[in-house]
Amino acid sequence: MNNKIALELRNITKRFGTKVVANKNVSLTLYKNEILSLLGENGSGKTTLMNMISGIYFPDEGEILIDGQPAVIASPKDAYRYKIGMIHQHFKLVDTFTAAENIILGNNEPYKLKVVNSRVKEIASKYGFDIDPQKKIHEMSVSEKQTVEIIKVLYRGADILILDEPTAVLTPQEIEKLFAVLRRMRNDGKAIIIITHKLNEVMEISDRVSVLRKGEYVGTVNTSEVSEKMLTEMMVGKKVDLKIDRVSVEIKKPLLEIRDLTVKSDVGTTSIKDVSFYIRGGEILGVAGITGCGQKELCEAIAGLRPIASGSIMHDGSSIVGMSTREIINRGISMSFIPEDRLGMGLAPSFSITDNMMLKTYGDGHGPFVDRKSARARASALIDKLSIVTPSTETPVRRLSGGNVQKILVGREIESGPNVIITAYPVRGLDINSSYQIYDILNEQKQKGVGILFVGEDLDVMLALCDKIMVLCHGEVMGVVHAAKTTKEEIGLMMTGSLDKSELKEYGKAKDSNLSEEEWKNAEKEMEE
Amino acid sequence: MLTSVIVNAIRMGTIFLFGCVGEILTEKAGHLNLGIPGIMCIGATGGAVAVHLFGGKVSSPLLVLFAIIFTMLFAALAGFLYSFLTVTLQANQNVTGLTLTTFGIGFMKFFSKRIYDQKFFVSLSSAFKNLFGLEKNTNPFVQIFLSHGILVYIAIIVAIICAVFLNKSRRGLYLRSIGENPATADAVGINVSLYKYTFITLGSAIAGLGGLYYIMDRSGGTQIAEAPIDSFGWMAVALVIASMWKPLLAAFGSIVFGGLSILDAMLTTLPLDKQKIFAIFPYLLTVLVLIMTSVVKNKNNQPPASLGLSYFREER
Amino acid sequence: MSKIERREPLFHIVKNDAISFGKSLGIRIIAIFAGLIVVGILGMILIGENPFSIYSAMFDGAFIDVWTLLQNTALLLMFGIAVIPAFQMKFWNLGANGQVLVGCLASIACMKFLPVKFPQIQNWLLLLIMLVASIIVSCIWSVVPAIFKAFFNTNETLFTLMMNYIALTTVDYFVFTWDKTGSGTLGIVNLLNGQKGWMPDLGNKYLLPIIISIIMTAFMFVYMKFTKHGFEVALVGESVNTAKYVGINVKKVIIRTLLLGGIFCGILGFLYASCLSHTVNQQIGGLGFTAILVAWLANFDSVAMLFTSFFVVFLETGSKFISTKFQLNSTDYSNIVVGIIFFFIIACEFFIRFKIQINHQHQKTEKSEINAEKEGN
Repeated sequence: MNNKIALELRNITKRFGTKVVANKNVSLTLYKNEILSLLGENGSGKTTLMNMISGIYFPDEGEILIDGQPAVIASPKDAYRYKIGMIHQHFKLVDTFTAAENIILGNNEPYKLKVVNSRVKEIASKYGFDIDPQKKIHEMSVSEKQTVEIIKVLYRGADILILDEPTAVLTPQEIEKLFAVLRRMRNDGKAIIIITHKLNEVMEISDRVSVLRKGEYVGTVNTSEVSEKMLTEMMVGKKVDLKIDRVSVEIKKPLLEIRDLTVKSDVGTTSIKDVSFYIRGGEILGVAGITGCGQKELCEAIAGLRPIASGSIMHDGSSIVGMSTREIINRGISMSFIPEDRLGMGLAPSFSITDNMMLKTYGDGHGPFVDRKSARARASALIDKLSIVTPSTETPVRRLSGGNVQKILVGREIESGPNVIITAYPVRGLDINSSYQIYDILNEQKQKGVGILFVGEDLDVMLALCDKIMVLCHGEVMGVVHAAKTTKEEIGLMMTGSLDKSELKEYGKAKDSNLSEEEWKNAEKEMEE
Repeated sequence: MLTSVIVNAIRMGTIFLFGCVGEILTEKAGHLNLGIPGIMCIGATGGAVAVHLFGGKVSSPLLVLFAIIFTMLFAALAGFLYSFLTVTLQANQNVTGLTLTTFGIGFMKFFSKRIYDQKFFVSLSSAFKNLFGLEKNTNPFVQIFLSHGILVYIAIIVAIICAVFLNKSRRGLYLRSIGENPATADAVGINVSLYKYTFITLGSAIAGLGGLYYIMDRSGGTQIAEAPIDSFGWMAVALVIASMWKPLLAAFGSIVFGGLSILDAMLTTLPLDKQKIFAIFPYLLTVLVLIMTSVVKNKNNQPPASLGLSYFREER
Repeated sequence: MSKIERREPLFHIVKNDAISFGKSLGIRIIAIFAGLIVVGILGMILIGENPFSIYSAMFDGAFIDVWTLLQNTALLLMFGIAVIPAFQMKFWNLGANGQVLVGCLASIACMKFLPVKFPQIQNWLLLLIMLVASIIVSCIWSVVPAIFKAFFNTNETLFTLMMNYIALTTVDYFVFTWDKTGSGTLGIVNLLNGQKGWMPDLGNKYLLPIIISIIMTAFMFVYMKFTKHGFEVALVGESVNTAKYVGINVKKVIIRTLLLGGIFCGILGFLYASCLSHTVNQQIGGLGFTAILVAWLANFDSVAMLFTSFFVVFLETGSKFISTKFQLNSTDYSNIVVGIIFFFIIACEFFIRFKIQINHQHQKTEKSEINAEKEGN
C-alpha cells in the first residue's frame, strides 16, 4: 500500500498560443499516503501543470497515468471521475450559495440539504474541520471558504488532492490547522500535492519535493534529505549570489511620513491597522509580508485610490489625505503596482506603447488635444534606454512579453521625475537580467534622492537592495529592521507573526520629522473632525 | 368595473408573464437575450402557421395543442440560433439579441401576411379562449379565476414550475450557478454549454407562447401582422428586472404591468391624454426597481453576477 | 475506472489577438457572401426567381434613388455617431431611440407653440430655440442613466432600454394632449402657417442631413483619436482600474460622454423636427437599434461607420425593392434580409477573435472518440 503510485505524469508539454511554453517535458510521480510539494518560483508553470491534471487545460503532448492506467482528462468532470480534486488558489465558489449548495454543485445527487449537511459534518469531524454548511459564501472568511473547497473535493471522494498555494491567504494559526488536516488525510491514504513557493512550509509538511523551473522539471527529492538552501538552488538554478549593490546615499529628511494609518479592504475588514513609517529621500524601504497582508491596500491608500479610515499621510510636511489621485501624482508621488496578471493596473493592454507613455501626462498642456508626438519621442527613448523588444512604438502593449511590459511601466513612472516611488512586485515574473535592470533603475533613482517604497516577494532581493525593511503581518507592523543587520529567518518569523518586534519598540516616527509634535497632534485632530 | 380591470389585467399580463419567465430562465444561464421580443414574434408566427394548417381540420383541443407545439418549436429554433451565436461563437449578446429582434419582427410581418385570413382566424380563436366555458358567468370569483383561456393557466403553471425548479431542484441549482459564476460551474463538472443551450432554448420556447396567446386569445385572431408583440416583449424584459428574477413575483408583477397597460382603455371617462399617462408607469416602475436594487445591493436581489458576459474556459 | 472511455478534444480554441486587417476583412466579406447566398436561396423559394435576378434587383433597387440612399445613410450614421463614444467606454447605451425622440418632441413643442405666442418671432431664432430645447431634453434622457451608472453602477443596458419606452409613452401623451381629434397623430406642423420652424431648403432637400452627418463624423473621429477627452473615454473603456490609477475621475467621464451623446441625439431630433418629418411620432428614433449594430460592425470607429452604415442602408433599400418588384406585398422582407446577413457577420467575428487549432495528438491516439462538443464551450 505504501508505495503504490497514485498518479504519474510523463513528458507533459503545454503551450499557450505560439510563443509561450508553460510546461516543457514535465514528468512527475505521486504515491499514495504522501504529501508532495510542488515547488517553483512564480511563473515556473506549477499552476498550469496542476490545471492539466484537474482537466482545465489539456496537455499538448505527453501522458497522464492514474493507478498505472493511461488516463484522458479532458474536463473537470473527468478529473472527478478519476477521483482528483483541486483546490484552486482563487476559490471557485458561488457567492450567493450556501456552503452545502456549493459542495453538492455538479455532484448529480438529489437536492436534499439535510442529508448533505449531515454528511458534511461527518467529513468535517473526521478530519478536524470547522464548518457551518448553511452559511452563505459571501458571509465567510477566507479560511472558511478554503474549508468549503477542501470539503467539496473530499465529499466527492477524491483520493488525489491538489492544493494551489493554500497558505497564501491564511494566518499562522490557520496554516497550522490546515497542515494538521492535511496530515490526517495523508494518513487516511490520500495522495496530496501542495503547490507553494514558501520553503519553510515545504520542509514542514511534505514528504517529497518536486521542483519546476521555468516550466521544466528539475527533479524530485525526499524532504528529509535536503535543506532549504539546496531546494533554493534547485528552484533558481544556480547558487543564489545576488550582486545587487546597495548604494549609500547621504541621509535626507523624511519625504513621506505615515502615522497611525488604518485602511479598510473592499469587504470592510481592516487591511492596514495603525501603521506608522516614514521614507527619507535617497532611501529604499522594503515592505515584506505574505500575500494579502495589506500591501495592496497600503499602496492604494498612499496613491489616493482608496479612502483611509484614520491616520495621517504627510508628503514633504503637508497632508495628502483626501487629495485626488491626480493631485497626488502632481506632487511627484508615483505608484506602480504589478498585479498577478501583470496588466491589471498601470497599463492599458490594447493601447500602443506611445499611448501608455502618456497615460499620466495626456492632460498636460493647454488645448483640447493630446500631444502624441512628444509621447512617441519619449516612448522610443525608453525603448532604447531599457532595450525593450518591440516592433514599434505603436505596438499594443499586450503583444509584448512580460518583461518588456514591466520595463515600460517602471520606466514610465521613473521618467515622470517623481520624488517618491511606490513600487509593488516590479520584477514579478521577470527573468534575472530584466530584474537586474529594474534594480539598477531603482538604485539610480535612489541616488537622485528619490524615496522608494519597495513591496517585494523575494527576501534575498530585499535584503540586498533595501536599506530598511518593514514587515507586515495581517496589516500590522511587526517591526522595521536594517537590511544589513537582519537575517532572512528573522524576517520570515516576523512575516508569519511569530516575532513581533513592535512590542519592544515603537517604530515609524522620525526624530527629524518635517512636523513638530504639536503639528502632528493638530493634524490628528483635523482628521478626527 | 374593478372585476373587469382585474380580469383584463390578468389576461394582458399573461403576455408579459410568458416572455418574462422565458427571459428569467435565459438570464439565470447568464445571458441577456434582447431577442425576446423577436422570439415572441417568431413564436406567434409559428402559432399562426399551425392555425393556418390545421384550423377546421382537427378538433379544437387538438388545434390548440398543435398551435402550442408549433409556437414552441419556432421560438425554440430562434432561441437555438441565439445560443449558437452567443454560447458557441461567443458573440456579443446585445448585438445578437437586437438582430434577432429585428429579424423576428420582419419574419412575423412578412409570413403572417401571407397566411392570415381574419375571418378564419377569428372564428378559430374561440378554441383558445374560455377554457371552462364560464365566460358569461358574472360572479366576480368566476370572472377573475375561471373565465380565461387555457394559455393563461399554462402561464401561471409554468411560472410556478420555474420557481420550484430554480429554487428546489438540483438542476435549478446548477443553472443558477452558471449565471452566477460559470467558471465554478465548469470546474465542478457541470456542462456549462449544455445548460446554456438547454435553458436559453427552453426559455425562448416559453416566451414564444406569449406571442401565440396574444394573437389567438387576447386579440381574438383579429390581428397578426400589425400586432405590437415586440413592444410587449420589451415589457416582458422590463418585468424580469421589476420581479428581481423571481418567477412567482413575476406572476404578480405581470398582473400589475397588465393592469397599468390596459388602464388607459378601461378609464374611458378620462380624456384621452390623461389615459395615456398610465402607459408610462410600468417602465417607471422598472427603472425604480433597477435603481433600488443597485443602490441597496442586497445580495439576494441582484442580477445573475455574470449576466451578459461570454464564458471562455481558457480565459482565466 | 475501466469504464472510462478514451476521449480527447479534437480541436482547441485559442484567442487570436494579432490578426491582420486584411485577413479580418476577408473573413467578413466571406461571411457577407455566405449571407447573400442564403438570402438568394430564400428568395428563390419565396419568389421563384433565380438568385441572380434577385441580386441584380437588389442592386438596381438600391440605386434607383441615390439621394434618398445617401440621406438614409446619413441618418443611420448620425445615430451611430451619437452612440459610439458611450460604446467605446463599454457603456451599453441602447437609448438613442428615446433620446432622439424626446429631442424631436421638444423641438416640435417650440415649433408649434412659440409662433402662436410670439407671431413676430424670426425663423432663425425659432430654429435656434428649437435646437437648444431638443439638446437639453435629449441630454436629460441620456444623462440620467449615466448618473446612476456612475454612482451606483446601475445596469445601463436595461436602464437606457427602459428610457426608450418612457420616451415613447411621453410622446404619446403629448400627441394626444395637443391633438384633440383623438387620432393620435399630429400631422405636419406649421405646413399652412408659413412653415415656421422649418429649415430652409438648400436647393436640395437631402443635402442638409448629409452635410451635418459628415461634420459629425469628422468631429467624432478627431474627438476620439486626438483629444484628451477621447483618450479618457478610451481608457475608461479599456480598464476602469487603470483609469482611476492615473487620476481620471471616472464618474465625470461617464457623465460627460453620455452628455455628448445626448447633444448629438438632440441635434438629430432637431433635424427630424425642422427638416425631415416636421412632426413627431413613434417611428422617429426607430433607427437607433440598427445604428447599434452598425456601430458594432464598424468596431466603434466613426470612419469605418461611413461604410457600414452605407452597407446596411444599401441592403435595406435593395431588399425593399425586391419585395416591390416581385410583389411580395411587404416591406418587411428587408428586415429578414438584414437579419440574415447580420447573423452571418456576428458568427464570423468568432473566426476573427479566435483561432482553432486541430489537436494533432488526436490522430495518433487509437480508437479515440471524436468529441467536438466537449471543447465547444
